[in-house]
Amino acid sequence: MVVAFDEMSATSDGCRPGYEILKRWLDATPPELLATRRAEAELLFRRVGITFNVYGDDAGEERLIPFDIIPRILTGTEWTRLSKGLVQRTKALNAFLADIYSKGEILRAGLVPEDLVYRNPYYRPEMAGLKLAHDIYVMIAGIDIVRVDPDTFYVLEDNARTPSGVSYMLENREVMMRLFPDLFAEHRIAPVENYPDALLATLKSVAPRSAPSDPTVALLTPGPFNSAFYEHSFLADKLGVELVEGRDLLVRDNIVHMRTTEGPKRIDVLYRRLDDDFLDPLTFRPDSILGVPGLMNAYRAGNITLSNAVGTGVADDKAVYSYMPEIVRFYLGEEPILKNVPTWRCREPDSLKYVLEHLDEMVVKEVAGSGGYGMLIGPAADKKTRDEFAAKLKANPDDFIAQPTLALSTSPTFVDAGIAPRHVDLRPFVLTGSDKVRIVPGGLTRVALKEGSLVVNSSQGGGTKDTWVLDA
Amino acid sequence: MLSRTADNLFWLARYVERAENTARIVDAANRLAAMPISYAGSSNEWESAVAATGSLGLFKTLGKEATSENVIEFLAFSQENPSSIRSCLERARVNARTVRTALTSEMWEAINGAWLGLKNFRNISHDRLRLNEFLTYVKEASVRFDGSAYRTMLRNDAFFFSGLGTFIERADNTARILDVKYHLLLPEHEAVGGGLDFFQWSSILRSVSANTAYHWVYRESLKPWLVADLLVLNDQLPRSLASCYDHICAFLDELSLAYGRQGPAQRVARSTRNRLQNATIQDVFQGGLHEFLTEFIGENGRLGQAITDQYLV
Repeated sequence: MVVAFDEMSATSDGCRPGYEILKRWLDATPPELLATRRAEAELLFRRVGITFNVYGDDAGEERLIPFDIIPRILTGTEWTRLSKGLVQRTKALNAFLADIYSKGEILRAGLVPEDLVYRNPYYRPEMAGLKLAHDIYVMIAGIDIVRVDPDTFYVLEDNARTPSGVSYMLENREVMMRLFPDLFAEHRIAPVENYPDALLATLKSVAPRSAPSDPTVALLTPGPFNSAFYEHSFLADKLGVELVEGRDLLVRDNIVHMRTTEGPKRIDVLYRRLDDDFLDPLTFRPDSILGVPGLMNAYRAGNITLSNAVGTGVADDKAVYSYMPEIVRFYLGEEPILKNVPTWRCREPDSLKYVLEHLDEMVVKEVAGSGGYGMLIGPAADKKTRDEFAAKLKANPDDFIAQPTLALSTSPTFVDAGIAPRHVDLRPFVLTGSDKVRIVPGGLTRVALKEGSLVVNSSQGGGTKDTWVLDA
Repeated sequence: MLSRTADNLFWLARYVERAENTARIVDAANRLAAMPISYAGSSNEWESAVAATGSLGLFKTLGKEATSENVIEFLAFSQENPSSIRSCLERARVNARTVRTALTSEMWEAINGAWLGLKNFRNISHDRLRLNEFLTYVKEASVRFDGSAYRTMLRNDAFFFSGLGTFIERADNTARILDVKYHLLLPEHEAVGGGLDFFQWSSILRSVSANTAYHWVYRESLKPWLVADLLVLNDQLPRSLASCYDHICAFLDELSLAYGRQGPAQRVARSTRNRLQNATIQDVFQGGLHEFLTEFIGENGRLGQAITDQYLV
């Protein structure tokens, strides 16, 4: 096992910049007090009902995501660099989508293989040739970042469909401010509470040109049984917009309305947290009862903005991911600020051979997978599991990519045995409007609570932390 | 607001109200059942408790005997009974979760807290002490919900729809309790008196939390027609039919004002209220109390339907 870089103590004097006050405080605070605070935090979360549902788990219909009360800190300098990289990355994602759904220049230039795009399950032929109001596809991106040393940040995944987790970013901060007012007084921590405001401004900025100057926004949820329902209702509330389900909407003359107590009311922008497949039974899955018949016609007629646009999944596909450095260079003529994790595309025979030979060192992921499901972590798996996975890999090499097992950075975390380093990642949320790009400083830090574990997904036992960006 | 949201709020309020009413009915039955037979008399107290909640048909299909334990289980905890206290609180919580954006955080915490606390009351149908704690718990939860709604909600359509749910449910419950008990107590002849009746009547009042109110209003010993007058026509009593309809009409008027138009719901409610305002208890008894209440329960149901048709679909 490689020794991971610890974000608090990986220096000769045992404390990295930004962590001085926190470290002193941790050293001086008895574990009993931390335990009490953690219990208080849990009670607060439970009372407001911040829970999530785990698919395929009957026992606990609603679970609390474990929350670690020790914050993760980034200095202003670190954040400035990160956010430049995030803006660059999201610009490239949008340019790529606008291109592949129109002229396909990057494909003709031979930089990205055509079949990777056109035969991608997330590619939507319905979007080809469709001119979107502001040429923006990904208004809300959640870019997963990992770190391996003081200077190297990698993008692990671009979430360009319906990234979730921002409610935890906001609630974690609220709880921390209630529990540790003194720490907040001693630091200069950039606020995150303006996120809903930034999101609403972003959504309104991308309304169809025919919409009134104060467009009506609504948030479309699959409903209370969805794992992220809490977040949907939380955001709708903070945005001050209606939380609608498919059955609340109707399309008349290619205009989308919601059913209200005062009759149908027109909607201009739909922040949809429902996958493409379910959006419109007339266009996509006919068995979907979550969607809205006729929605795609209204969309094609330019009478409603969907956020994110339909068909963005093709850009956050793990195989397309491996081309992101080229994509950034092609559209922006710049060197990528944020690196990609070295990635072997198993669809390429040489790569496949290499991956199979080094399976015990690699992380293998399904191209279309998400949430940490269906992946192999080579070093942690036994031989039998690896052999079974190798068979799957050989049968459908196109479905997989492989990456070296990264020594993700660690952050001090309060666990049963006391304070110990645990691996973390970071999901900042990048908002792209027609006027500008907005990012609130920080994001959601996810932490793998099990010792040595690299999987931070909440569905796999990961937890979250508050993320502090110190004002320079 | 969204029709579905309004519908959820309307039913959320109804479930909470129903849970409290059922708790009161169980409480009253429990007190009667604890008395020596020569005071309480009636041997089918428990069956009448089920009837008062409008679930006698369902209870009978389950094929259980109307013993205290079976009825308490059925009314308080059974998952088979969609109107049991537990079912009501569970459904209220599902509704609340669905429309969280329309609730204030205080209301949500009241419902969510009530639901979370349910797990502390398992298998207690036979334990009277714990049962009392449970019933108190339910009443407090409902008061907390009502109170937080009253103190924290914006006075907009969300408030009006949830208020409509509360009062339509409450009117239904009061009418049923009175009907069932009255029927039971005065089968043929109108002769009233004796210790037996006294406790039965006071149990009716207790189940609508009006025992003290009765004495303040009438300053008399318990008289059946005065009990009926209090529960049907006296608009000072918060659970009387007249008072419920005052509130219902007020909420519907607010809605028509906010939306700039009115419809069948306003007309139906107004005609019922007018009847309650203009009637005397002598008129009511002349036509038969049972007939009056049956008609009222039907009308109340039709108003619920009219509200649904007009706003909630």
